[in-house]
Amino acid sequence: MSEQQNQLLEVKNLNVTFPSVHGEIHAVRDISFKMGREKIAIVGESGSGKSQTGRAILGLSPGNVNAQQLIFDGTDLQALSPRDYREIRGKRISMVMQDPKYSLNPVMTVGKQMIEACQIQMKVSKKQALSRCMEMLEAVRIRNPQRVFNTYPHEISGGMGQRIMIAMMLLSSPDLLIADEPTSALDVTVQLQVLAIMDDLVKERGMGLILISHDLPLVASFCDRILVMYAGRIVEELEADKLQDAKHPYTRGLLSCLPSNAVKGEALSIMQRQDNWLNDSLDAQGNLV
Amino acid sequence: MTLKQQDKTDPVIEIEGLSIHFGEGDQLVKAVDHVSLSVPSQQSFGLVGESGSGKSTILRSLAGLNHHCGGEIRLEGEALSNKRSKAFYKKVQMVFQDPYASLHPRHTIDKILTEPLAIHGLKHPEKRIAEVMEQVALPTKFRFRYSHQLSGGQRQRVAIARALILEPKILLLDEPTSALDVSIQAEILNLLNQLREELSLTYLLVSHDLAVVSYMCEQVAVMQHGKVVELLQVDKNGNTNAQHPYTQQLNLASKGYDRQVIDQFIEHQ
Repeated sequence: MSEQQNQLLEVKNLNVTFPSVHGEIHAVRDISFKMGREKIAIVGESGSGKSQTGRAILGLSPGNVNAQQLIFDGTDLQALSPRDYREIRGKRISMVMQDPKYSLNPVMTVGKQMIEACQIQMKVSKKQALSRCMEMLEAVRIRNPQRVFNTYPHEISGGMGQRIMIAMMLLSSPDLLIADEPTSALDVTVQLQVLAIMDDLVKERGMGLILISHDLPLVASFCDRILVMYAGRIVEELEADKLQDAKHPYTRGLLSCLPSNAVKGEALSIMQRQDNWLNDSLDAQGNLV
Repeated sequence: MTLKQQDKTDPVIEIEGLSIHFGEGDQLVKAVDHVSLSVPSQQSFGLVGESGSGKSTILRSLAGLNHHCGGEIRLEGEALSNKRSKAFYKKVQMVFQDPYASLHPRHTIDKILTEPLAIHGLKHPEKRIAEVMEQVALPTKFRFRYSHQLSGGQRQRVAIARALILEPKILLLDEPTSALDVSIQAEILNLLNQLREELSLTYLLVSHDLAVVSYMCEQVAVMQHGKVVELLQVDKNGNTNAQHPYTQQLNLASKGYDRQVIDQFIEHQ
């Protein structure tokens, strides 16, 4: 019973397809996972369907989404009307997109768009919205929130922009945050600082976090669990601290082609893709079946 | 000046007191501030730093894409003026970061590769294009395709082929793999290493990834706020023995997420 209560999101056999002249393209194929209030990571190369999975959960995918079950905190997301979905989207499930440059409105000051978001989501007065926004900017460790509040997005750095995006997503204290490559445009030190902010929020507020990334070693050091996606399927699910014991040849391949694991002067190992990865999965012993 | 045979250890690129400023008055940005480096022939030299540290600006000014305001750049002992000659581009070529943006969308691969040959009036373009495509391991069937019909890794191979087609001695590589997946990055890095050996090239490689430069390069200059803070020699095992606190912090940060370590990060001035 307690597990039932801790469960935040349950995805069962989620499919996302796109129509094309060459027939349907399966971007996401039959993926299933469950999560509680924890940090999970979805890792894969470009085109593996990781971002489409995140968007499908929020109902933002332009493709055809269907799933046997898509249940968020007891609510069946597929049965929601567009109006009810809007009540959840942004308020209870938020998403941080990859690039702050494209996600913030370029002709509005940061403060104005934050207050707008706050007023729509929380239906509060402008004054209350203002204090809430300031509070959130401080929560993401922006040292001078007043100054940042009055700037336009082009006047701030990438790291600052990403912090503002996160602050904006946290205005309504969501239960689930989907972060789609939130740090891949940032420098290494700033990247870690942004992750640290999200880490604190998960711990302090009991939020669930889905981190979508292509950086396997980084998410292994940050998240609790890792889902490795290849060609629209989850090929392996791992505890983060057991990354070195990964069984699937694809996961192993991703690890071995990193220059940090290579011997200088020797060629990096190249991933040899096998056709059977497309449809086979791992059994309990970790063998391909 | 007397002509002398280029020794293998002689620097091919020497940068002395290079300064590049943008804007003026209150808006003045010293993107590069008195930087001196020298790159020996047939070596791979790395420039690392965070965004805004001026590493790409140095590369662009070498390629003649930025004008420098102070200092000197010497190529094989000869000082370069702000205007570059045609002969310069026969010796030095650049590969850009984003293969999605650096190839003309309405030119076929054949056209992209023909253009440098036509500009330099070289003969037998057919033969040379086939040769260079083989060097970068691009199948010949791609020759008459457009860049949008290729994957990211294949596009970067085209960009490398375009740089190599004039048989340059020096390649300027501006984050050649940061837009690619790790598995494709491995293929491109292997290709670059193999080409350097086969064609005795000199590389100047800009990257923000310490693991990539310490794997690829023999010497690495660490940059911050337009200055070189530390020059590292990479030993055979890929270790650098960094002393400067900024470099050490970068090293720690690239090791992965560790809450205690992050709290100790400071802004280095």
